[in-house]
Amino acid sequence: MVEATREQAEDYRRLVTRFGRRPAILRNAVWAFLVGGTICAVGQFFLGLFLLRGMPLKEATVPAASTMIAIGAILTGLGVYDKLGRRAGMGAALPITGFANAIVAPAMEFRREGLLLGVGARLFQIAGPVIVYALAAALLVAVVRILVAGPPGS
Amino acid sequence: MTVKKNGQTLVFSNPPAVLATAAVVGPKEGEGPLSGWFDVVKPDRLLGMKSWERAECKMVEEAVTLALGKAKVAHKDLDFYLGGDLLHQIITSSFAARSIDVPFFGLYGACATIAEALCLAAVLVDGGFATHVALASSSHHDTAERQFRFPTEFGVQRPVTAQYTVTAVGAAVVGPPGKGKMQITHATVGRVVDYGQKDPMDLGAAMAPAAADTILAHFQDTGRAPESYDLILTGDLASVGHPLCVELLRRAGLVLDGRFVDCGMMLYDETQETVAGGSGCGCSASVFAGYLARNLEQGKFRRILLVATGALHSTTSAQQGESIPCIAHAIVVERSG
Repeated sequence: MVEATREQAEDYRRLVTRFGRRPAILRNAVWAFLVGGTICAVGQFFLGLFLLRGMPLKEATVPAASTMIAIGAILTGLGVYDKLGRRAGMGAALPITGFANAIVAPAMEFRREGLLLGVGARLFQIAGPVIVYALAAALLVAVVRILVAGPPGS
Repeated sequence: MTVKKNGQTLVFSNPPAVLATAAVVGPKEGEGPLSGWFDVVKPDRLLGMKSWERAECKMVEEAVTLALGKAKVAHKDLDFYLGGDLLHQIITSSFAARSIDVPFFGLYGACATIAEALCLAAVLVDGGFATHVALASSSHHDTAERQFRFPTEFGVQRPVTAQYTVTAVGAAVVGPPGKGKMQITHATVGRVVDYGQKDPMDLGAAMAPAAADTILAHFQDTGRAPESYDLILTGDLASVGHPLCVELLRRAGLVLDGRFVDCGMMLYDETQETVAGGSGCGCSASVFAGYLARNLEQGKFRRILLVATGALHSTTSAQQGESIPCIAHAIVVERSG
């Protein structure tokens, strides 16, 4: 094997950086803003709908979020969401519809490997790390809060 | 012996013939600039199969059958089948070999597989071990995507250096010297080159030093000048890796002009959103079996140097933080007579 020396590798790394291309930050940001903003506006519309039907705000957020998850799942199934994500990046990934996409995409992909070892085992391939570290962070914050301010309700 | 080796380069003094080639590609490749050069353009990527993997396998079987038909070689006269692809345990090639049903060599050279296959087929024929050898190299966008990256419906933004795995198969039939319109005269076998690049989303930069290494070896071993070739093609360095390769060669004292191109940059146009360009075992294979072979047959090209490039990492090695070893094999194909 022709393994570059540390200097050669470093020299080549600099060359790669020099030849490197910059991402189209402005275009990406505009796409992220438009797509992310539209998704949020739709979410706001459904929240308003449930509020209008007389639900208190705290309760209305649940069906509103569920509706957005359903929309994200359907758009994934229709083969639309991956195209949105490709253009809008975090604008499509960050709203809860993006979370639905991260669950439904592996479910569709690994269905062919069976319900148990395909869908079951790989459903959280993308969302798993988010859930693990979100739970860990929540636990840490809760511990800090209890240490600083005492148990809830005290 | 009629075969000589000079450095890394095999010289076939009785050059085995390329009797026929066939390229079967997916819909996106069929919309690209090389569209008219392919034998078959598939309307979709699943082909009514129950999995992407089965679809890729079916495309390979079709391409091999087509190539054998064009070469007018009967199944009983076929001595070996050589095949390679990107999937774990090269299942596409092995499963295709199950139905092709002749003695089989499974190859893995990542996206350099087509040149590896052509080289070994020429060795088998020139060595007198075979009269007719069929070979194929394939990749499929969705089988590769789900294995190397993410589920196909997952919405993720690709970095500017990323490449698009092509859905394509290139197949060929190699036979005795003096037949057919094309022949294989040289093959430069690449070394594994590693310049410490670790980003599997930037394979062009990882592979460029391997391509440069093989190209330099080829010109040193043969004593030829770049002007000996109508076209010098890297496999799939794409728009990030190809300029890097040009620069590495320039630093080594080899300046290549407009005849130095890249298969991954030829398959798609800018509106097709493939980011840096095409990649995959089917990339250089389909450009060879379609565009290059037709132009050689029609006499538009007299001699070409195809430098197929491959990144030899796996998802495991990439996640464990290993650098990406790469390889490039070069093959000289010229018009006979």
